[in-house]
Amino acid sequence: MTFLRETWVVFWRQLRIALRNPAWVIIGLMQPILYLVLFGPLLEPLAAQLGAANAYTIFVPGLLVQLGLFGALFAGFGLIAEWRAGVIEAERVTPASRTALLLGRILRDVVQLVVQGVVLISLGFVFGLRASVPGMLYGLLLTVLLGAACAAASNALALTTKSEDVMAPLLNSIAMPVLLLSGILLPMSLGPQWLQTLSDFIPTKSVVEGIRAVFVGDFGQPALWGTIWAVVIFVVFVFLGQRTFRKENA
Amino acid sequence: MIHARGLARSFQARKGREKVEVKAVAGVDLDVEKGEIVGFLGPNGAGKTTTLRMLTTLLTPTAGTATVAGFDVATQAADVRRNIGYVSQSGSTSPEALAGEEVVDHGRLYGISKAQAEKRGRELFDQLDLEGLWTRKPGAMSGGQRRRLDIAMGLVHDPTLVFLDEPTTGLDPQARANLWEHISALRTERDATVFLTTHYLDEADALCDRILVIDHGEIVASDTPEALKRQIAGDLIELTVADGAQVGAAATALAALVPGSSADIDGRTASLRVPRAGTELAGLLRELDRQKVALDSIEVRRPTLDDVFLTVTGRSLREDA
Repeated sequence: MTFLRETWVVFWRQLRIALRNPAWVIIGLMQPILYLVLFGPLLEPLAAQLGAANAYTIFVPGLLVQLGLFGALFAGFGLIAEWRAGVIEAERVTPASRTALLLGRILRDVVQLVVQGVVLISLGFVFGLRASVPGMLYGLLLTVLLGAACAAASNALALTTKSEDVMAPLLNSIAMPVLLLSGILLPMSLGPQWLQTLSDFIPTKSVVEGIRAVFVGDFGQPALWGTIWAVVIFVVFVFLGQRTFRKENA
Repeated sequence: MIHARGLARSFQARKGREKVEVKAVAGVDLDVEKGEIVGFLGPNGAGKTTTLRMLTTLLTPTAGTATVAGFDVATQAADVRRNIGYVSQSGSTSPEALAGEEVVDHGRLYGISKAQAEKRGRELFDQLDLEGLWTRKPGAMSGGQRRRLDIAMGLVHDPTLVFLDEPTTGLDPQARANLWEHISALRTERDATVFLTTHYLDEADALCDRILVIDHGEIVASDTPEALKRQIAGDLIELTVADGAQVGAAATALAALVPGSSADIDGRTASLRVPRAGTELAGLLRELDRQKVALDSIEVRRPTLDDVFLTVTGRSLREDA
């Protein structure tokens, strides 16, 4: 009970500060819109070749995962600024649970992600997305799990490195191959065999494929694997994140 | 309020390929009683911050024990945290938040209800001369206001013991003097015990009942500012003669005041520490007059905490600070 209350206090404080920053709100909403408007039309003629009746059932799930990965992966930068301002230390001398300090922050990123996801799906509908409603909701849920994991990882990394100069190249070097090999923008099945094999080692590919499957109402094996990987990634990174936050001198 | 025995912290560091153990704090014994204002002095790197972080549960000691506000820092950290306030030197608020909201949220992390935290916060804003700044962003406040806001953050849960880490560093003289009043008021008005670190000797002198000096990870002195200053063998008398040829005579007259001593000579100036300058000065002047030694100036300096520091640590506080 105390734990939930502490998480809520941290979450609400974070959200309030973020909402007061118009840049945060505008950029957050513009991201999905720009992708959909500027990249979506390029994919439409390819739909048949990709074996899909509706190009947006391939494209929107990819964008969802991209939002989840990238928005959240860079959340840690805010934490470094907070650490520098002494906020983290001030929170750590209170009796509040250290895990709550992390979860409150992750929750803010999850809310951001859900709003972005809903904007993306709604706008996708305007552009011509026709997909299974339970599938879309389920896809959003998997995205949230992935986003929460990335936010946890990013915050933990920020608390460990305490330096934007270390974080930025590190995150980019992780994010680039993950983005390219997950088949976020184009399905990996378009690529040569070696590239497909390589991408099999990237668990987020399974999540992307899982979300694509549920979007067309297929809750079969790809959806199952996508779910398993999303849960595994979520559990591992949130565990690692809270361990970093509980560590002394962090 | 604070009782530490053999409190120590060492870090693993790498020296080339070898792992070496660096002792940041070698073993500190200290006691602070209820109602005291204690100053914790030391040059940078002496172990001040590490000790403070151990006492405020931010760092676990590698050896020794400490009870703070009646609880053990290692095994009852949450209870310690509930009973202490900590004002760190790096600040405590986000520049983009609103000052009042930061105080309320901070109070709520201590388990205080929102209404209660807001009430306490408003009181503190009044007491700390922050009226009208409730909805101001900390980023738009002056250094002194922000420091007082940090203090409000540290007091929102009514702690009985307050730790202040270099509270006036970076403030202008007026803001410092103003903050000193607020720190003194912590005891007189709130009955709180105060433990503060500083590297300003005048600050320690003006505020503290007692001073602890830490150097190389150990407490090297602990007493009232007055007693510490008395440890230095008395007052310094400096005689500057008008004619350089007479400096020897002046030195001899000075040395005669303390059997077996000899005065230091530097150019036209002879100086010596005597136990109490007040009782010696009249006789000294009569003697100099009898010998027709003409003086340019005579100066008597009471020992300062800087002298104390130099004596107990072998270096001046300002060198490293």
